[in-house]
This record gives sequence, structure tokens and C-alpha cells, in this order.
Amino acid sequence: MTIETTFDRLTEEEKYEHFLNRIDAGEKIEPNDWMPDDYRQSLIRLISMHGISEIMGALPEKEWVPKAPSLHRKLAIMAKVQDEMGHGQLLLRVAEDLMEPLGKNREDIMQDLFSGRLKFHNVFHMKAPTWGDAGIIAWLVDGAAIISQSMMLNSSYGPYARALKRICAEEVFHAQHGESIIMALAEGTPEQRELLQDSLNRWWTALLMFFGPKAKENASTSHVDKNMRYKIREKTNEELRQEFFTKYVPRIWSLGLTIPDETIHFDEEQGLWVYQDPDWSEFKQIVTGNGPQSKERLELREVSYENNRWVREALNPTAKAI
Amino acid sequence: MTQDKALVELLYSLADDDFILAYRGSEWLGLAPHIEEDVAYSSINQDMMGHATRLYRILEELGEGKADEISHLRKPEQFRNAILLEERNGEGTYLEKPDFDWAFAVVRNYFYTVHKKIRMESLRKSSYEPLKDTALKVSIELQYHLMHWDMWFKQLMTSTDEAKRRMTSAIERCWIEMNGVLSLGPMADEMTSKGYVASEEDMREKWLTHMKKTFEEINAPFPKRLAMSKGNGRQGEHTEDLKTALQTLSEVYETNPTAGW
Repeated sequence: MTIETTFDRLTEEEKYEHFLNRIDAGEKIEPNDWMPDDYRQSLIRLISMHGISEIMGALPEKEWVPKAPSLHRKLAIMAKVQDEMGHGQLLLRVAEDLMEPLGKNREDIMQDLFSGRLKFHNVFHMKAPTWGDAGIIAWLVDGAAIISQSMMLNSSYGPYARALKRICAEEVFHAQHGESIIMALAEGTPEQRELLQDSLNRWWTALLMFFGPKAKENASTSHVDKNMRYKIREKTNEELRQEFFTKYVPRIWSLGLTIPDETIHFDEEQGLWVYQDPDWSEFKQIVTGNGPQSKERLELREVSYENNRWVREALNPTAKAI
Repeated sequence: MTQDKALVELLYSLADDDFILAYRGSEWLGLAPHIEEDVAYSSINQDMMGHATRLYRILEELGEGKADEISHLRKPEQFRNAILLEERNGEGTYLEKPDFDWAFAVVRNYFYTVHKKIRMESLRKSSYEPLKDTALKVSIELQYHLMHWDMWFKQLMTSTDEAKRRMTSAIERCWIEMNGVLSLGPMADEMTSKGYVASEEDMREKWLTHMKKTFEEINAPFPKRLAMSKGNGRQGEHTEDLKTALQTLSEVYETNPTAGW
């Protein structure tokens, strides 16, 4: 008798217990392994949101690709945005494998994006009106992304952990590219410094929101608890935000920039950063598609998706949402 | 400044062709027909922007000014790219309501890349050493660009009726401007007699031969005479499309060209 047939004879509860034992022992779950439905659903939600955020994230930066202010910067930002698209592709492939048994494919992901069912990261709903924003996005948004993604490098789901390994390595280059833009502006003319300070002011709240609300303040963070139990992620939203402060607040200050929150400081007693909480009802508005630039970005993607329908049909006349 | 105007003109036409077409390509970023193509097309555009950068650096060494300056601050009439390469991707802009035409993107890139390959093969034997070195490096990457556009061209030309119709119309549009790409401009004879590059006629023949083979392979009617309808970019003739492109390309740099960016 093979191991496989033995496993098939187990009850659902026994399978579930076996699954928990595996992830507790640090084993990786692979696409064809047995997994509980809510684990699959959690992964689909997380990974498709992550993947589509990479793709939507290309749009604010793409605005600055042709305008980058030198040949060197043009080349660097082209490479950077291409990487983001590549991450999106990699992650959607992982999500597609998980969705296959449910009879869904990439077309469904795109349609869910257009209908608003599938959300993308709050930061990519924001406007990016100056070159300073291109710098802040690459330095601090990517910096925040490295922090939140690194905690999933040990994710119990093998394909996600492996994709993240590559993604994080590339994000480090992006943050360096961003830092280099920031340094040039910070050491530049008074106008350039002002441009940079304006961008920081514009992005600060969005950066705080990036990590999501604290556990007790928002019911939707029950996903966080579940994802931690399933060892998809290792840290809470607030732990990640604190890590971000520890890494970046001193660097921001050392550039002579002002953080638009007079209260922010490190409290030695608590061993924590104290800061002004963003308005979480605004966060909800943003991620549900009512942010400053949500409609325009979605429209851009939808218009191009529709314009190119004939191409996709020409490549594969039978492909459509299942 | 170098006295060799023919060489400088040739370098500008090579650099500007890649610079402008890479720009048009970068406008497609995030808007390509599928995500995989977005990644691939973007990689090609980076290569082309890299080729342009190498060529602008050669011009910098020849005393034409800093590479960033000559790429970002020249006036439209000082650009030497072919008009076909500066034309907009379609209606709308890359930021708002882009009604971009993928058939035009495929045909323009395919036609250009075939010519670029022929041109680079000739430049590998150039009497001007820096061009010879550049041509060798460019040729390696170019091989992949050609495979990419060749595949798209043939695939769309042999698929649905709608694809064929759109491709045929893009071919007509590119064909009547293609002579501008194949042109070496007013100093063609000097460029060739000094051994910098093969003759215009020779390269045009090679391009036509390549195209005839392609069209035969996919069983498509070969278009009639090549033309250059809107003017010759090699002598500084351009359209409004180049003007707006350059405004976008230099928008930030122009605010303070002496600052560090």
C-alpha cells in the first residue's frame, strides 16, 4: 500500500491535523498537496492581491519613466518598473495554480480587479505628481515592501516563499535606486530639496497605512491571525510598521527632512515608536477604490485591456474566463 | 569639435532612432497586451535606450556636448531620427485614455529591427573603431529583439481576420514612411566613401530581400513601392509628434540642466 492511498483514507479532521503538523514542523506545502479550503482561500486572497498590486504599482512610476531627468535615470527606472511587472507575473502564476482547482484563471483575476472585488495596495491609489514622488516610491514604498515581504520568506506555502526570495532580492536594488534619486535631490538645489520634502509630506500617511491597521482596531485583521496560524506570515501589521520606523525615520532625519508628524519619537520605556495614527476610515475608502487616483489608474488598465482584446483573441481564440 | 560632419550626422541618426523608438516603447509600459509581453517589451526598450546612450557618449567624446544635454536639450530640427519612429503610438497619451495600436507597435518595431540588424552588420566592419565596438555589443542583444518581433509579426499575420486587417493597415502605414528609416540623409555618399557604413542602396536591397522572404513565408501580398511621405528626419524634418515627445522626455531635466539629478 502506498503512502498516498493511506492518506486518502484519513478523515477530513485527520488530514487537517496532519497538515497543521507539517507546517508546524516547518515543512513547505506544495500546489498539489492536500490543504484546507481556508488555507487555499487565504493564499489566493493574499497572493493575487500582492500580484495585482505589483502590476498596478507599475502605473504611478511608469508616469515618470519617459520623464526621468537623465539617460542614466531613464535606464534605471525602466529596469525598475520592468522588475515590478515581472514580480506581478511571477505572483499571478502562483495564484493561478491555486485557483485552478476552483476553475478560475487569470482572466478572472483581471475581471475581479476591474469590478473592484480584487483590491490593490493603498499606496498605488495615490497621485505621483512630481519626480520627487518617483524617488519616494522607490525608496520608501519599496523599503516598506521589503519589510512586509521579508517576513513571509519562510511562508509555509513553498511557491510563494520561493517567489518572494527573488522578489526581495530585486526590491533591495529598487530601494537603492530610490535612495540614489533621494540623495541627489537632498544634496541639490533649494528647489530640489523642496520637491523632495513635498513628496515626503504627500506620501507619509500612505506609508503608515501601507502596513494595515493595528490588530484590535479593525475586524479584517482576523485574516492576519489566520495567516499567522498557517505560518503564511510571521508578524503583525504593527510590528512591521515599527520595523519600518526603526529603519527609515533616522535616515529621513539625517537627510535634514521633516516628517509631517510632530509627535513621532522613540519611547525608550516602551521600546516603541510613538506616532500619529492615520485616519483608518480614509484607508478603507482608498482600498475600496475611492482613493485620489483609484479611478484613473483602474481606467488606464481597463482601457488598455479592452484595446488589446483583439490581440489576446488572435493569440488564443478560445481563452476566456471560465 | 570634430570636423567630420558625416560621422557626427551618422551617429546622431543611429542614436536618435533608438532614443525615440525606446521612448515610444516606454509609453507602452503597463499597457501591453499581456503581462508577459509587458516584461519582454520593456526589456527591449531598455536595451534600445542603452544603445542610444552608448552612441550619445561617443558623440560626447567627439565634443558634441554632454550625453544628457544632447539627448534632452536639442531642438526638434536638430534630431536626425526617421519620422516613422517618432509617430505617436495611437490616440490619447500614455497617461490618459491611451488608444494605442499594438499592430502598429509590432510592424514598426519589426521593420525597424530588421533594418537595424542589417545596419549593425555593416557597422561591425566600420572604419570608425568606436562604432565597430558598439555594433558588436548591440548585435548580441539585437538577435533577441528580432526573434521577438519576427514571432509577433508572423503570428498576428496568420491568425484571426481582425488581426490580419489591423496588421495590413499598420503595414501600409509603415511602408509609406519606411524610406525615411532606410535613408542615410544628405551626407550618405560621404558616410559610405569613408567606410563608416555600407551604402544606403545596399542596405535597402538587403531589407527588401528579408521582407520578401517574410511575406512569402506567411503568404501575404508584398506591398508596393516604399516611400517617405512626411519628410526626411535625417535632414531635420519632423512632425508635431517629435516636438511633444521631446517636451515629455526633457520635462524634469529642463527645469535645471546644471543641477545634479
